Amino acid sequence: MLLTISTTSRPATDLGFLLHKHPDRVQEFGQSFGTARVFYPEADEHRCTAALLVEVDPVRLVRSRGRSSPDFSLGQYVNDRPYAASSLLAVALADVFRTARAGRCAARQELADGPIPLEIGLPALPCRGGAELAHRLFGPLGWTVDAAAVPLDERFPEWGDSRYLRVTLRGALRLADALNHLYVLLPVLDDAKHYWMAGDEVDKLVRAGEGWLAAHPERGLITRRYLGRRAALTREAFARLAELGDDLEETLAPPVEEETAGETGGDAVDDSGGEIRTPPLNVLRREAVVAALEEIGARTVIDLGCGSGQLLSALLARPAFTRVTGMDVSAWALAMAGRRLRPDRMPDAKRARLELFQGSLTYTDARLAGHDAAVLMEVVEHVDPPRLPALERVVFGTATPAHVIVTTPNAEYNVKYEFLAREGGPPARRHPDHRFEWTRAEFAEWTAGVCERYGYAVTLRPVGEADPEVGPPTQLAVFTSRGRR
Amino acid sequence: MSAPMSVSGVVPVNVPEMSLVVLVGISGSGKSTFAARHFRPTQVVSSDFCRGLVADDENDQSATPDAFDVLHYIVGTRLRRGLLTVVDATNVQWEARKKLIELARAHDVLADAIVLDVPEEVAIARNANRPDRDFGPQVIRRQRRDLRRSLGKIGKDGFRRVHVLRGEDADRVVVGYEKAWSDRTELTGPFDIIGDVHGCRSELESLLRRLGWRVTPDGAAHPEGRTAVFVGDLVDRGPDTPGVLRLVMGMVAAGTALCVCGNHEQKLVRALRGHAVRATHGLERSLEQFAAEPAEFRESAREFMDGLMSHYRLDGGRLVVAHAGLKEAYHGRASGRVRAFALYGDTTGETDEYGLPVRYPWANEYRGRAMVVYGHTPIPEPEWVNNTICLDTGVVFGGRLTALRYPEREIVSVPAEKVWYEPVRPLAAPAVVRDPGVLDIGDVDGTRYVETRYGGRVKIAEENSRAALEIMSRFAVDPRWLVYLPPTMAPPQTSTLDGFLEHPAEAFEEFAAAGVARVVCEEKHMGSRAIAVLARTPETAAKRFGVADGSAGVVYTRTGRPFFDDHDRAAGLVDRLREAVRPLWRELDSDWVVLDCELLPWSAKAEGLIREQYASVGAAAAATLPETVAVLERAARRGLDVAAPMEHARLRARNAALFREAYARYCGPVSGLEGVRLAPFQILACEGLPTAVERPHEWHLDLLGRLDADVITPTRHVFVSLDSPEERAAAVAWWSALTEAGGEGMVVKPAQFTPARFTQAQVTSDRPVPRRVQPGIKVRGREYLRIVYGPDYTESLDVLRHRFTGKKRSLALREHALGLEAITRFTEGEPLWRVHEAVFAVLALESEPVDPRL
Repeated sequence: MLLTISTTSRPATDLGFLLHKHPDRVQEFGQSFGTARVFYPEADEHRCTAALLVEVDPVRLVRSRGRSSPDFSLGQYVNDRPYAASSLLAVALADVFRTARAGRCAARQELADGPIPLEIGLPALPCRGGAELAHRLFGPLGWTVDAAAVPLDERFPEWGDSRYLRVTLRGALRLADALNHLYVLLPVLDDAKHYWMAGDEVDKLVRAGEGWLAAHPERGLITRRYLGRRAALTREAFARLAELGDDLEETLAPPVEEETAGETGGDAVDDSGGEIRTPPLNVLRREAVVAALEEIGARTVIDLGCGSGQLLSALLARPAFTRVTGMDVSAWALAMAGRRLRPDRMPDAKRARLELFQGSLTYTDARLAGHDAAVLMEVVEHVDPPRLPALERVVFGTATPAHVIVTTPNAEYNVKYEFLAREGGPPARRHPDHRFEWTRAEFAEWTAGVCERYGYAVTLRPVGEADPEVGPPTQLAVFTSRGRR
Repeated sequence: MSAPMSVSGVVPVNVPEMSLVVLVGISGSGKSTFAARHFRPTQVVSSDFCRGLVADDENDQSATPDAFDVLHYIVGTRLRRGLLTVVDATNVQWEARKKLIELARAHDVLADAIVLDVPEEVAIARNANRPDRDFGPQVIRRQRRDLRRSLGKIGKDGFRRVHVLRGEDADRVVVGYEKAWSDRTELTGPFDIIGDVHGCRSELESLLRRLGWRVTPDGAAHPEGRTAVFVGDLVDRGPDTPGVLRLVMGMVAAGTALCVCGNHEQKLVRALRGHAVRATHGLERSLEQFAAEPAEFRESAREFMDGLMSHYRLDGGRLVVAHAGLKEAYHGRASGRVRAFALYGDTTGETDEYGLPVRYPWANEYRGRAMVVYGHTPIPEPEWVNNTICLDTGVVFGGRLTALRYPEREIVSVPAEKVWYEPVRPLAAPAVVRDPGVLDIGDVDGTRYVETRYGGRVKIAEENSRAALEIMSRFAVDPRWLVYLPPTMAPPQTSTLDGFLEHPAEAFEEFAAAGVARVVCEEKHMGSRAIAVLARTPETAAKRFGVADGSAGVVYTRTGRPFFDDHDRAAGLVDRLREAVRPLWRELDSDWVVLDCELLPWSAKAEGLIREQYASVGAAAAATLPETVAVLERAARRGLDVAAPMEHARLRARNAALFREAYARYCGPVSGLEGVRLAPFQILACEGLPTAVERPHEWHLDLLGRLDADVITPTRHVFVSLDSPEERAAAVAWWSALTEAGGEGMVVKPAQFTPARFTQAQVTSDRPVPRRVQPGIKVRGREYLRIVYGPDYTESLDVLRHRFTGKKRSLALREHALGLEAITRFTEGEPLWRVHEAVFAVLALESEPVDPRL
């Protein structure tokens, strides 16, 4: 991977002083994952360019994770790290230009303290969010951004562009600031998994943002991408199985948290777009479910597909719910729920009301029985239609709670979401893992069928502000066992 | 209560084989000595020992409540597992004995008491000799009082038998074991198990004759020595209950038949004894018919019915017959509720619209290995549910009388001659909603040991089960289609040839060393591994796979996921394949087939992966490396010494170009189904035959090679006699040509692969099994490996040669054994959960961390 830093300040060769690297030498710096070299392809009065060339040794890259780290994915071996301007480049840059990044230059301190005309060249900058995001992140810092997408493979034009940009940044900035911008923003733009990074290195990156990050209009996105990645729990077994089926781990990732946008705010590129106003739909939905549970007088509740435990948290806050159980098929989701709820820090009385376990809606399970109510909040649409009868059997046929609450998107409402619009076709589904989304009529038909097959009665109600034509964004069903009414 | 008779100086004490034996006696009465002499140390649980466990002091009386908690837990666990257990505690108080009897009842085993009644002075003297027993004689005297009080009424405690040993009796005891009444495991059949007869003598005779029996008025015998087993309900409703009884009683007396008790026999016995019972549900008919019989017959029939057992365990425990079925926990047990279950079945406590009890579908949850054959509930068609089957096809209601031949598993029926009795509920109405397609979490979760006939016992760690549960639940096809998942395959030992990481020579060498004479080299198609399960028609799919949604097959990935999310596209591919494999139906004499294939091109399934993982790397390299070279050239022009990085950059640019070539070869235009092809290389199974086990590769390749359809891509192959250097060299040349033309490589397999079947002892043993030959070894091409090891792998071959293949090879063997186990279980008609257990285990093992480049 390659980074070039050019200046046209006179004399341009003073860049060597600022970077503490002599323009007429080629210098090597060993890194845990390879070798970094600094040299100057041009160096005269008018223009001077320093190049940072980092050669990544993929074998060493894997080894640098430590001997004990298990293999889990071909992505460890075949990846863009040797080529792309990623977090590894940021790490090398921080190391090689440590003094310059601190803004210290005994020989030319004045020059180091003031803005100079700079041009940064990055031939392959990985950027989730495209050129537009590069503009949004570098623009407010005083850079003029010239970014062009790199095609994925010219032999397969139908594949479109890659996630890489050929980027040139131009501006008059303090060199130390420029280096810190790169140090922080390269990994943010990349937004890749830091297989190869220790947690404390990520902390250092965050610290480097001091002074300018607080004022950045996109600080929410910048910190979220960091924290999100740093917090990532490893899903190695999951990744292995995804690869086995020729699938991408990311596309199979479980929908632990849907619509986080409304809650955290500040991330305009996130999914749930403009139509949702406060309070966000996920909050409305949770409130509607809690209200329905209170209405039917449920004391013990099992949340089937509890995800990261938002509903569980709301139920635990209400002492009327004497037993709150969360089940999810994803071990990862359960770990997230464990982090959110911190049962280890709960008082005993609260802790005793909570139980979490891994289970599946397509396998009968004695643990699902014996609760007043079961909740399937935004769950059924993640089940392949041919497997729905198994889910019905497990929930309504064998667990047989007195009440079952089901929420699911109303597909008709999707026309109201701009971000779902597709040219010349019906709107997309709200989540890539949704196997279907039902219209109101389809949902009513399914609920009626369940009642017929398993002896339940149902009432349907809207969640969210209903549109006169297309109805509410979310639909909710309350099933009541006929035997117990 | 019995005081054993002493014959020739021996005092026999007989206890049931599976029971709780409660020793009763004061401290110092010699219970521990008695227990040690007559039982194995593991069979005896003593209160002193448990006190020691919880208090480090066997005599710490303050620990007694905790000690008994532990004792009850141990006893309960042993009884649940069906082990004879002896409790060594004083048990002189009624409360103590009551708790133990309740424990025995909770596990449906009988309890016997053995009382050691020794004189007080003897006990006091013995205790005085033991320094650790520091309690005084007043304790002994109190215990003695309790015992004396108990002895008067211990017979009413609920013990099956109380053995009282006085004086020297204890020294002359010989403990004997009584088999359970239900234990007829020594009978191995073959059996003809006959459903509910209900007084239909004529149909019974017809059925027996069809089964090859010679029938006389009061008996029947089979020339091949078969034994009939009646599931009960011989009586009531039908035209000739006495006639049926006469015949069956004759057969049982002659030893040609066994009969278990039905609920109708139970009620008829009560009526014949003169109890007030309502003469309904056909009892009135029996009573009328009995009135015309001589009193002598009435009496012998009553005695016969009264003596019928609730259930039998037969054929080494592999077969259980009970009138209304029996869940596994009750097999071989004895208690009121076991008998009630066997006679009346499990009910939910509710009644249906006809006023009949709603039956609990215990068979859906049945996971036992024993086949359970029963009757009781009239059904239109016998149907296997988890290795259980109901044979009551309602002959008395105008249905049929049905028998099951065991071990043949063959159903034989004769029709009713007329409707003898009007049913309360229409016969066609299903008694319970049966859905064998639903599995239980207990079938897959936690740490598991799967017994396989070709690889012994395979352990699945809990963490692997957890990962598999998510993938299976969220992505896999209906488990009824999922009869197999392919195993991983090991590469050869690393090649030392310059420029190569893998080469055929090592694969040949390995097989030759293992004594394999001939191998087949199959072209390894670079696509996505696919399993195609194809049925001739939707009807055959419903019949054989139980999937009745109108589909006639499925094509799924290595993780059990459908190939296409779009239903029409998936169904279209299945239809094309069914058309293509039409010649196989007659060739295999089967209505279904499971094929192991590769789906081509790779991009059809993996386009997302290729774009994200491979093309992205290529794009980044193509954007960076030329720029790097240019920058270095400018530096060189300035006189800087950048020769080394320059050379390196140029080399990497070339490698990156080769890498981009490598993946591009496996990408092809696909639109809808256009461009999608399947390369089958093995027929895994068809009706009645796990061909993956039973047929050599030559047979598979020959048969599949004859398929002629656009959607099918043939698998090129060569056979190699390993003792011929010429043939080896030719195969290496073939491989080189294949891989130089862009092929992925080849798979080398023993030509006559027939896996060694493990003995039952090996299957259940935890000892390591003998080294086995790999079922196949993949030898991948030099350029293909760039996709796996990275663009520049050829520059670090020396490092990469230190790869460790042991774990991969071991996994390949275990997964292979599990895959064969799954497909064999399926072809043998085993229940869905048994097939799924093995399939799930393959997926679980695939989540095991192993170098993914191997």
